[in-house]
Amino acid sequence: MKPLLQSETFVRIAAPLAVGVALLAVWEIGCRLGSIPVYLFPKPSDILASLIKNGPSLLRALLITLRITLQAFAAAVVLGTLIAFMFVQSRAVEVSLFPYAVLLQVTPIVAIAPLIIILVKNTQLSLTVCATLVALFPIISNTTLGLRSVDPGLASYFRMNRASRLKTLVRLRIPSALPYFFGGLRISSGLALIGAVVAEFVAGTGGRSSGLAYEILDAGFQLDIPRMFAALFLITITGVFLFGAMVGLSNLALSNWHESQIGTEA
Amino acid sequence: MKSLMNAPLPSDPVNAHTTRRADDRPPAVEVLSAEKVFANGTRALAPIDLTIAEGEFLTLIGPSGCGKSTLLKLIANLIQPSDGRILWWRGDFGQVGQGDRSLAFVFQEPTLMPWARVETNVRLPLDLAGVPRGKADPRVSDAIARVGLSAFARHYPRQLSGGMKMRVSIARALATDPNLLLMDEPFGALDEFSRNKLDDDLVKLWWERKLTTVFVTHSIYEAVFLSTRIVVLAANPGRIFRTMTIDEPQPRNQDFRDSARFAAYCRELSTWLAEASFPPASGATP
Repeated sequence: MKPLLQSETFVRIAAPLAVGVALLAVWEIGCRLGSIPVYLFPKPSDILASLIKNGPSLLRALLITLRITLQAFAAAVVLGTLIAFMFVQSRAVEVSLFPYAVLLQVTPIVAIAPLIIILVKNTQLSLTVCATLVALFPIISNTTLGLRSVDPGLASYFRMNRASRLKTLVRLRIPSALPYFFGGLRISSGLALIGAVVAEFVAGTGGRSSGLAYEILDAGFQLDIPRMFAALFLITITGVFLFGAMVGLSNLALSNWHESQIGTEA
Repeated sequence: MKSLMNAPLPSDPVNAHTTRRADDRPPAVEVLSAEKVFANGTRALAPIDLTIAEGEFLTLIGPSGCGKSTLLKLIANLIQPSDGRILWWRGDFGQVGQGDRSLAFVFQEPTLMPWARVETNVRLPLDLAGVPRGKADPRVSDAIARVGLSAFARHYPRQLSGGMKMRVSIARALATDPNLLLMDEPFGALDEFSRNKLDDDLVKLWWERKLTTVFVTHSIYEAVFLSTRIVVLAANPGRIFRTMTIDEPQPRNQDFRDSARFAAYCRELSTWLAEASFPPASGATP
């Protein structure tokens, strides 16, 4: 059993890695053979060099973007869960408020970001608000769906045993909602990052408190294309890391009963 | 008589009245002209009268749509009758669940919490009733042992077979130490071998505890094997067609299943069911 599992894990890591290395090699060789100028399309080696050269400033920008992302994500999780709990308390509340949640979701963040940046004085806070708005909806809709997706048989069992509203919520509704909630987390974590970067683009703030989006803008102005790619690379890596963390968290919480993990424990 | 009156029993008003003979015990359930018409106009049950004595194993059987599940849900107070009433131990449902007047319901599906281990699932009704862990745990392990799943107490439902899940569901009902057990086609989804095994165990449990049981099934063999009384229902509208008493030695086992008497009961019940499903031509003309 173990060698198979090991080899499967190995394949799952090695195969995409091989594809990535091959793509980078083609990119590098193609740029060299075609003598494409670095200000048009840099080689991977140029990007790496830029990443090392501009390391400190890029890292500082990354930390700022990451902070906004995590703040917005946390706010979205707390707010979204609270709103979902409110929605399931009564149909009337959900029916009257859900269209506005949808409205929030379909309005492009680029369109409302300038308004928020004007309204909220503190730049950091305004960026966090923008990112929160983007990340909020999946949490609301998934958690609401989850809290409603209670097995009808179990629901009548709880009713028959005269379980209080609170006990039904804690023992039945919340556990039933967990798989949906974690699905929402996966989507929302990525959206929080996108929201943060888009809001930074719109705000276009310079100076010490600027994130990766500003690094991209600034590099564009200066035609420092390798730095642009380096910043983009850092954003992508952050997104992958966030997604991976959410998958890990969800597996940790659900593997015993929801994922395909059959076997007797010690 | 005088000495009995002087007996210091102020805290026990039931026994203070008089000494009771066993047959004086109030019936567990009395269905008094209860009928059920659903919101869409479907008349699921015509007015029904049925008395279920303590210690009976009563089975409801009948063609689809005869309202046997509806009747069971009325007895469980899961739904309310449109007219008529139901009494539990000569009282209303408000006093059910106190003292020695409790009720447990076993659904068609095991309805277990997939995120909880077997022991947590079995403890659920005790948790909901606010029984402290110290008191609940011995009852939980006892109930799990009685359905033969002690080795699986720390498993999750997904790790168990269909029959084992149903056993967990029964253990959950037994953990509350009920006086009235209601079962709605509990073994309908199981293969015949598992079903016979569970029927054998159910007869033993019922006999040990003299646990009043109301059972709904589609299976003639299961009904004859388990019941002390079988109520055959007919459809359109749901009503009691005939009642069969099965007075055979207890606890029953495979010998009874193999006996000629068992076959005779089954044959007669089968004829009744056919009549209940397809009434003879004379009954069709008004």
